[in-house]
Amino acid sequence: MPKVTVDGVELEVPAGATVLQACELAGKEIPRFCYHERLSIAGNCRMCLVEVAPGPPKPQASCALPAAEGQTIRTDSEMVKKAREGVMEFLLINHPLDCPICDQGGECDLQDQSVAYGRGASRYDEHKRAVTEKYMGPLIKTTMTRCIHCTRCVRFSEEVAGVDEIGALYRGENMQITTYLEKAAHHEMSANVIDLCPVGALTSKPYAFEARPWELKKTLGIDVSDATGANIRIDSRGREVLRVLPRINDDVNEEWISDKARYQVDGLTKRRLDRPWIRRDGKLQAATWDEAFAAIAKVKPGASVAAVAGDLLDCETQFAAKKLVGALGSSLLEGRQTGMDYDVSSLAAVNFNSTFAGIETADAILIVGSNVRWEAPLVNVRLRKAVKKGAKVFLVGQQWDTTFGGEFLSEDLSVLGNLPAHVSDALSKAERPAVILGGAALAKGALGAGLGLVGQFNLVRDGWNGFNVLHLAAARMGGLMLGFAQKGGIADLVAAKPKLVFSLGADEMDFAKFSDSIVVYIGHHGDKGAHAADIVLPAAAYTEKAGTYVNTEGRVQFAEKAVFAPGDAREDWTILRALADALGVSVGFDSFDELRAAMVAEVPALGEEGLAAYGSLPAGGGSADGVFGYPIKDFYLTNPIARASEVMQRCSAELLHGEDFAEAAE
Amino acid sequence: MADRHLEPDTPELRARWGNWTWNEVNAKKVPDIIARYPEGRQRSAVMPLLDLAQRQIGAETQTQGWLPIPVMEYIAKELDMPVIRVVEVASFYTMYNLVPVGRFHVQVCGTTPCMLRGSDDLLTACKARGMSKGHNSADGLWTLTEVECMGNCASAPMVQINDDNYEDLTAERLNFVLDELAAGREPKAGTQEPGRHTVEPVGALSTLKQMVSENHDYRGEW
Repeated sequence: MPKVTVDGVELEVPAGATVLQACELAGKEIPRFCYHERLSIAGNCRMCLVEVAPGPPKPQASCALPAAEGQTIRTDSEMVKKAREGVMEFLLINHPLDCPICDQGGECDLQDQSVAYGRGASRYDEHKRAVTEKYMGPLIKTTMTRCIHCTRCVRFSEEVAGVDEIGALYRGENMQITTYLEKAAHHEMSANVIDLCPVGALTSKPYAFEARPWELKKTLGIDVSDATGANIRIDSRGREVLRVLPRINDDVNEEWISDKARYQVDGLTKRRLDRPWIRRDGKLQAATWDEAFAAIAKVKPGASVAAVAGDLLDCETQFAAKKLVGALGSSLLEGRQTGMDYDVSSLAAVNFNSTFAGIETADAILIVGSNVRWEAPLVNVRLRKAVKKGAKVFLVGQQWDTTFGGEFLSEDLSVLGNLPAHVSDALSKAERPAVILGGAALAKGALGAGLGLVGQFNLVRDGWNGFNVLHLAAARMGGLMLGFAQKGGIADLVAAKPKLVFSLGADEMDFAKFSDSIVVYIGHHGDKGAHAADIVLPAAAYTEKAGTYVNTEGRVQFAEKAVFAPGDAREDWTILRALADALGVSVGFDSFDELRAAMVAEVPALGEEGLAAYGSLPAGGGSADGVFGYPIKDFYLTNPIARASEVMQRCSAELLHGEDFAEAAE
Repeated sequence: MADRHLEPDTPELRARWGNWTWNEVNAKKVPDIIARYPEGRQRSAVMPLLDLAQRQIGAETQTQGWLPIPVMEYIAKELDMPVIRVVEVASFYTMYNLVPVGRFHVQVCGTTPCMLRGSDDLLTACKARGMSKGHNSADGLWTLTEVECMGNCASAPMVQINDDNYEDLTAERLNFVLDELAAGREPKAGTQEPGRHTVEPVGALSTLKQMVSENHDYRGEW
């Protein structure tokens, strides 16, 4: 714990801290471009210069200098001021100063810092360097003349994403950042370099020239594109969501989000259901709310009713549906659309118990039936960190392109009962062993066999729970907490032959099995679910309603409403409340607050932000075998919003199916 | 240097170089080169391997050699490293040629000492023979590049041609060297000044005269 003095204030800093961190602890702002907390130190922008004694009598780059006992650091001296002005002037020599036409304007580190630390005028009247544009794929727009060579993007793709494809070619003044042969960046986290870029060299292509940051309303939300529940900021103007950015939450998404979470939002304005539809003579025809409710009331279902929850739902919608179905006298609720029927008597057994931050510290990990890179890109980043710290990773299932190495053991689940000696050796000797079961493994009935490993390798020990299930749907854990699960899965609903089926944004289920029922689709996109429905009620997407979400770790998180749903569409809970009137039953709430209060009264964990407690793991048993495929066939098109999104469609075509969209040179 | 660029990745380039491999002699050298570096640091061998590849291609094409994209990919695969990291190295160091060059890569130093001693005349002489900066001559013999200081200021002006330096040049002396090279002979490398061996003072000693008879250095000997 070295003691240093920053601008006359003495303080103790943690061992291993840099001078820059020491200054921050002292509350001093140090300008920087290349330094980033989550990336390695490069020390090449020189903006963080400070005066340090003892040391050479010149400014020093504080980001790369370890804080040492007895240092006297000055951040406010004349030398530091002049040094910053000098660096700023050099950086601006080749920067085009085209802020009025640059999308970074208003949220640009270079702009802000030149105002705060620059000289205010330039002495440079030579020619400026110009760099040709580089193609980086459908998501990243490049203006490489603006690049200041901080290499944050290079370090991100090498260290965090684990896909080495961005590099700095040539040298000196001619240095250029590019992807290899100007191919599109090929990974699920690629667009995070846009946030990292301190200038306008890498900006968002779909969002190009859409808005200025100060025009946007910023709403705190939770991402629903996968089950990790990434914390997002929804930027909207008027009734349109223009972009989604990550929020910092070290427990969940650090400060990254997947490309799908970021860019599916253009799908929110396309293929939307903005009025009710009723199927007449085999064709869906536009209708009014009254007609739709009358048509539903006419079914007179009695207690013969069921509800299927979709993958993107918040807890409130599911609770409202549960109350409605319950008031009608039924308890047929299911959220696992694809027919999975794993045992949910203990939620601890279907939870990601290690937590995302915890899995980083695991030292031996067995992944069973999960293409983590596609199913939860943010967890993949954590796994890569674990491997960098020395963890051994073994995988069961078909080969996929991991970013962290790992050993594929077998495609057959039967290997779980008969692990190779070196694998069981690694797991039993590990201090923090972990097992991750994916959706594919659950679908094959491997939950029991997976739980069997808990005892075999002592996965649960003091301060550590190494048993994890990685879900795919944002709604899953919330749904399970609210009881959206039947013993036999969705087959139980089919067997009950309900007269009326509420499909709450369920698009992945097999509607043919409910051909004798009246299917009411309550959702926001004209996707598979709406096509198969008899009555369609337009509802709100995740940006258009406040809600509670539970991620696959069992972390309860709240999201706020960013915009209003389009046309006649309404928030889901109001639709379900109105349906109660139409069907002549009472659900016991009239406002969103009452609904939430009733929900929290029933499931108290949903009222509290943070990890829900699910008790201890049940005993495992049973065996599993069989070869399986992964549930996600196309990373960019997993939900109705993404399928409606032009950006996601193009990503799928270009990045996964190799279609050529390379643009002609301008 | 400013116009350095990668040879475009075309189907023709892939067809020509896609199947490139080490020749028999070099294939034996590669494991030795890689073994020079500590276990787990095999990537460090990228620089000698790029050099070896460039020389092999030079021998194959009767030029100084260059590095086509498929060859860099081959080396990346050999060292199990991302291609972009290989290209970064190759594009950083100017002694790796990224585009085809002629048989003789004439690098004329144009930095101040050489310029004061007449490097402009050397460039004029080169241009008179049909060379132009950054281009290969029509007969495929020459590639002309103007470079910055090569560290031969004491025998300026100088040019570097492939692996050899030619110093103390005048336009006539350079023309002689180029003629010899074009004729397939090997002119003497180093200084072209008659009577001079390396970079010792021309004529009589002009500095440190006292040191001839007696040691005045603060070290015991020198």
